[in-house]
Amino acid sequence: MNQTILLDIIYLIGSVTFILGLKMMGKPDTARRGNTYAAFGMTLAILGTIFLHDGPIAPIIYGMLFGAFAIGGIIGWMVAKKVKMTAMPQLVSLFNGMGGACAALISIMEFHVHAGDPKTIMMVMAGLVIGSISFSGSMVAFAKLNGNLNSNPRIPFYNIINALILLITVGVGVYITVADITDFMWPCIDLGLALIYGIMFVLPIGGADMPVVISLLNSFTGLAAASGGFLYHNKVMLTGGILVGSAGTILTIAMCKGMNRTLFSVVFGAFGEGSAAAASGGTTGGTVKDISIADCAVLMNYSKKVVIVPGYGLAVAQAQHVMHELEALLEERGVDVKYAIHPVAGRMPGHMNVLMAESNVDYSKLCEMEDINPEFDTTDVVFIVGANDVVNPAAKNNPASPIYGMPILEVERAKNIIVNKRSMAAGYAGIDNELFYNPKTSMLFGDAKKVVTELVAELKTM
Amino acid sequence: MQETLSFIGSHMQMWYILILMIFVGVEVINSVPSVLHTPLMSGANAIHGVVIIGAIIVLLNADPNNYVELLLGFLAVILGTLNVVGGFVVTDRMLEMFKKKPAKK
Repeated sequence: MNQTILLDIIYLIGSVTFILGLKMMGKPDTARRGNTYAAFGMTLAILGTIFLHDGPIAPIIYGMLFGAFAIGGIIGWMVAKKVKMTAMPQLVSLFNGMGGACAALISIMEFHVHAGDPKTIMMVMAGLVIGSISFSGSMVAFAKLNGNLNSNPRIPFYNIINALILLITVGVGVYITVADITDFMWPCIDLGLALIYGIMFVLPIGGADMPVVISLLNSFTGLAAASGGFLYHNKVMLTGGILVGSAGTILTIAMCKGMNRTLFSVVFGAFGEGSAAAASGGTTGGTVKDISIADCAVLMNYSKKVVIVPGYGLAVAQAQHVMHELEALLEERGVDVKYAIHPVAGRMPGHMNVLMAESNVDYSKLCEMEDINPEFDTTDVVFIVGANDVVNPAAKNNPASPIYGMPILEVERAKNIIVNKRSMAAGYAGIDNELFYNPKTSMLFGDAKKVVTELVAELKTM
Repeated sequence: MQETLSFIGSHMQMWYILILMIFVGVEVINSVPSVLHTPLMSGANAIHGVVIIGAIIVLLNADPNNYVELLLGFLAVILGTLNVVGGFVVTDRMLEMFKKKPAKK
């Protein structure tokens, strides 16, 4: 009896660390400690569950348990430590999928234990369906962000077909619950349906919206964990799960706001159709102007103020460190250098801050969009490296554009614009950018790292 | 009807927790600077790894002679561990980068 009370206390401590940890992660200076608190609470809850377990445990089970910890722990640790910062979003998606799969597996195993008890089966089925959707959806999101899967196939009426699959999936779940089904075949069918739905749900969504989808699937997994909490009357699972479910939903909405899109249009995809219209609605009239490295270096060297707009292209080329070098060199010569960070630059909101922080750029040099926009009027050179959609003026003046209404960095107000891109290809959202045809704009084609390195070398000779 | 009522009644404490947690989640996330959205999402991702507790319970209650059960439970614990360990380590790596900065905001 005392054991159970002790375990309850441990779960209570765990729940408090989750809330506290998440709260602390909301401020830059306490964020890291917050994460450590939550990790500590999790460890405590895991150890408590094992060592305060009521009843004897067979040695083979101990062995398997710690074997599983070792395998999962080592792989998780290695992958998390090794992966490049640019690949963060897909990694979060991958780990999220693991959690979803875990929830689905638990439900599959609990089914035969509780078959015939509708109250409990309801929670088993909820965990099964939500967990499976989260798993297969996360895997598709992972493949898309990782570049293994580039197309966004849209079969005709896919919204209706998807809604139908979801309806059948939920319907089968309800049927199993209400009709006291004990046949194991039924939950397996529902598992298959939920997996298919997860794939169909994420497949047509374009790459630019993927962060929102991951955040949404993240809160799904939270709900799957919470249904496990109901199943076992386990309060730490319920607290953690619901906390993530609700916080994840708010975070998803915040991300949508940053892109000025509604969750509805992300999920039901007004994006694809819109971009086709905008591409044909032609901004493709003008010609683009090239600039040489030497000219570019001269221009920057004799400027008073340079604003750098880093995008995902910079991160992919791993050019953030050499960019910092360029910034330091210009600062030395009395040029005022700042970075303009769009809230959704990179692949996730805040991603670009993480990437620039990695190269030791001074935190005070990273300016948020609202702060930097008024400064463009007095800026001599804007240097756009690997960014595209976040500086696309179509968001302001082309109502037909799919990104119309998204707040952008108003770089066209600066005196000179230099754009570094690998080619004229469209950005992540797949739409043309009329900024490149602006008379003030010069294009500096090439790999970001190579170009910036050459710029630094050129500047040093001056 | 009776069934539904008894279901709700037998879980009253859980329902309270559920409702309160929804509000806590909303409160905790509100007004977080967008700089921290990615680490926060990653942190939340690690926290829902709490599902591993369920996997551990399943494995602990598994019949030592039923190899299918053992194997599935084993797999579930591995998946859960990946979620927990990977989630926290990745979040830590992201947040490590903010530490040197003079704390503003």
